[in-house]
Amino acid sequence: MLPFVLRRIASGIVMLFVISFVAYTLLYLSGGDIARRILGQNASQDVVAQKAAELGLDRPLLTQYFDWLTSALTGDFGRSWFTGQLVSASLSSRLAVTLSLVIGTTIVAAIVSVVLGVLAARRGGWIDAVVQFVAVIGFAIPGFLIALVLVLVFAINLGWFKATGYTPFATSPSGWVASVTLPIIALAIGAIASVAQQVRGSVLDALSRDYVRTLRSRGLSTNRVVYKHVLRNAGGPALAVLAVQFVGLLSGAVIVEQIFALPGMGQLSVQATSSGDIPVVMGVVIIFAIIVIVVNLLIDLAQAALNPKVRLS
Amino acid sequence: MTTAVDLPTNIPTPPVKTSLMRRIVRRPIGVVSLGILIVVGIIAVIGPYIAPYDPNKASLQLVLAPPSAAHPLGADSAGRDVLSRLLVATQVSVVAALLALVTALLIGVISGLIAGYFKGWFDSVSAWFTSLVMALPGIVVLLAVRAVVGPSVWIAMFTFGILLAPAYYRLVYAAVTAVRSELYVDAAKVSGLGDGRIISRHILSVVRAPIIIQSAIIAGIAIAIQSGLEFLGLGDTSVPTWGGMLSDGFANIYKEPLLMLWPALAIGITSIALTLLANVMRDALERTVLVRRRRRRAVATATGSIAAVTTSIGAVTGSLDVDAASAPVIRHDDDVRAAARAGDTILQVRDLHVGYGQDDGSTLEVVHGVSLDIRKGEVHGLIGESGSGKTQTAFAVLGLLPRGGHITGGSIDFEGVRLDQASEKDYTAIRGRRIGYIPQEPMSNLDPSFTIGSQLVEPLRKSLGLSKKDATDKALSLLERVGIPNPKRTFAAYPHEVSGGMAQRVLIAGAVSTDPDLIIADEPTTALDVTVQAEVLDLLRDLQAERHMALLLVTHNFGVVADLCDRVSVMQQGLIVETGPVRAIFGHAEHPYTRSLLGAILDEGPARPPLGTLLTKGGAR
Repeated sequence: MLPFVLRRIASGIVMLFVISFVAYTLLYLSGGDIARRILGQNASQDVVAQKAAELGLDRPLLTQYFDWLTSALTGDFGRSWFTGQLVSASLSSRLAVTLSLVIGTTIVAAIVSVVLGVLAARRGGWIDAVVQFVAVIGFAIPGFLIALVLVLVFAINLGWFKATGYTPFATSPSGWVASVTLPIIALAIGAIASVAQQVRGSVLDALSRDYVRTLRSRGLSTNRVVYKHVLRNAGGPALAVLAVQFVGLLSGAVIVEQIFALPGMGQLSVQATSSGDIPVVMGVVIIFAIIVIVVNLLIDLAQAALNPKVRLS
Repeated sequence: MTTAVDLPTNIPTPPVKTSLMRRIVRRPIGVVSLGILIVVGIIAVIGPYIAPYDPNKASLQLVLAPPSAAHPLGADSAGRDVLSRLLVATQVSVVAALLALVTALLIGVISGLIAGYFKGWFDSVSAWFTSLVMALPGIVVLLAVRAVVGPSVWIAMFTFGILLAPAYYRLVYAAVTAVRSELYVDAAKVSGLGDGRIISRHILSVVRAPIIIQSAIIAGIAIAIQSGLEFLGLGDTSVPTWGGMLSDGFANIYKEPLLMLWPALAIGITSIALTLLANVMRDALERTVLVRRRRRRAVATATGSIAAVTTSIGAVTGSLDVDAASAPVIRHDDDVRAAARAGDTILQVRDLHVGYGQDDGSTLEVVHGVSLDIRKGEVHGLIGESGSGKTQTAFAVLGLLPRGGHITGGSIDFEGVRLDQASEKDYTAIRGRRIGYIPQEPMSNLDPSFTIGSQLVEPLRKSLGLSKKDATDKALSLLERVGIPNPKRTFAAYPHEVSGGMAQRVLIAGAVSTDPDLIIADEPTTALDVTVQAEVLDLLRDLQAERHMALLLVTHNFGVVADLCDRVSVMQQGLIVETGPVRAIFGHAEHPYTRSLLGAILDEGPARPPLGTLLTKGGAR
């Protein structure tokens, strides 16, 4: 178990180095005359050169990267070129928003998917048809389109929720719930569509297994067999789909945050992107990569806990 | 061998394009979604030519103008004609999505073929690149690219194509790895076909259909992400796009919500049409495989596949087909051994019919009126070849028929309880506690995710209401009783950690654990090694004698019957043809089918002593 975790952490760290190096090289090499872009067309050549020296842009790329890397390892991602703010500070204040959104969505999606998937697999008939239909539509329609419809209907027409803004959980839990409900629904529908389909499929598959019949022949009720044995065996494939969906949710969050004006990583990255604020973009890339790597590790551990055959490797 | 022959026929080969198209068109959803996509495609081509106005011509008089005769969809926040923008945007959005699609397709398919077929360093590099790409949310990469190269739909979609390539890569890679090890590919290689020919002929034909389906999905994703980027305002604002129009509408959501409607509809309908088309194609492909498989199974059931019995029977069965249903059951009178148990009947099956509901609403009957009497404490053999309906009869008694199967007639009486009418709730009091079950294939009948011990303890606690400790003790002593050398270790083991013979002993322990009065054993030794078979049969015999249980032994092996049974019923094509004491059947079998089964003993299984010795051995017991 421990060697497995250590190996995974090691490969995750290697992955991070590669991502950071590739991203850094691409961002700084192809960024053109960065100092000129920051100062505008009217700045004199001297001022531009001075700015480049100040940002360390006149040194070789590798030196720049190692500088960035050594400070990044201490948690310092440099300063924004435009606001002068510490990148790490603006990242950490926004990370909480995005994480609460994405984790909330994952939990909602997991619960709803299991309920819908099991219902569809066991009852069949019209429930199955409805779940299938919802799954197709939920899969097909982009999340931000759903978000727009939700804003239009529930925030603007019905006025049940605020259309924009964010209340931290620490300030007011109920305010937090009110501010993330619509974004979570918008994000969750797509995830539910995929995961519920997978749950349905793997429950159907598990139900047809021989051991289900044998367990029932021992006097266990079908419900018990389904909720204890079938779900556990169906859990692996469903978790794998959920992991893929999680990465998709991070993408979705970028757009959904914009629609609901939530001050998260998405908003930050869109601002940094449109202004060409490379240190911030770099920080965002690294943070997202860390999140994905950590989540994949957690999913692998969960898989191992579910499936005894995985445990050994 | 059969899989090697089956595979190429299961997966549509050359005529896939035409037949897939025809199958799509046969379904209403397929026609509608295909129609929508064709319309979108046509608009994408002619949109710029039929647009009534210049899509970028702004007019201060028309800012947020409502729909009018001159401007059927109104005008946007800059006073540009919405209809014209929508028509032109269709072209941009579709071409952008196609760019991503083609990029992903080329990179993914080619690298998947190379990596899967030649393996080696390219394989490792591709695997690494794939996990690298998967470690980043697509939009973050796109944002980073946008930060560097500025707003360009084309560069963004090309990049996105690279990010989507793993979707094809993994599909092709998996297919190639699977096909590569097939015998027919080896055969092609041996016969001197070059790698290029093998890839194009044997491998591409296998992955073509899945690639088409994947493409419909990928196109939908590309449209979604492209309009998402434009919606964020990160696209090229000089070009009208669906996402850009949506963004403009969203900015004016309070003033003119209708502005959002048109681009939202365009994105939504196109995405849904693509997904539905992918679903219809997948259904069409899966259905054909399913139908073929089912047809094969139906044929097997109808003719009685000759798995256990050798070909010599073929001729005999053929002649029997005519009057099998009307012929009376041949009954032999009890001999001394059988008469000893002639007391109470524990299970009485009368004229049992079992059928499976088919997709077209009809019912396929597999058991056509079986009558059986199992006496208390006897071992009753139910013998017949695969597909004769013996396992279906056993499952019907247990109330555990597979999905779609149900009793269509007759009765099953278990000590006064009508099992054919029993509800799931009635059955919970009967299964386990009154009737036990020993399955055929030991490994697949243990839940791989739980320890062997927990699978024994759970029913004990549920059915007998034992405490956890008592149940554990009982399970351990049962494991010891069935001859497991180290009960504690097996108790804590997972099913994949024990051998097939061990697993079968565990299942036997499970079946007897709740002290049932009747055990139904469905070919309990078929899946085991020859040496283990004899041990397991001994164990069954001992347990049966020790606990005075009745045992219904389903088998296709007369050797097993001779070894263990008091009486035997011979089943053929869903009917009992002959029944009586084992000795009578062995001595004077009357039905030609029984005789041919007897004749087949020598052709299979372990070498056994001559029939005579077997019988005296059986009679002495």
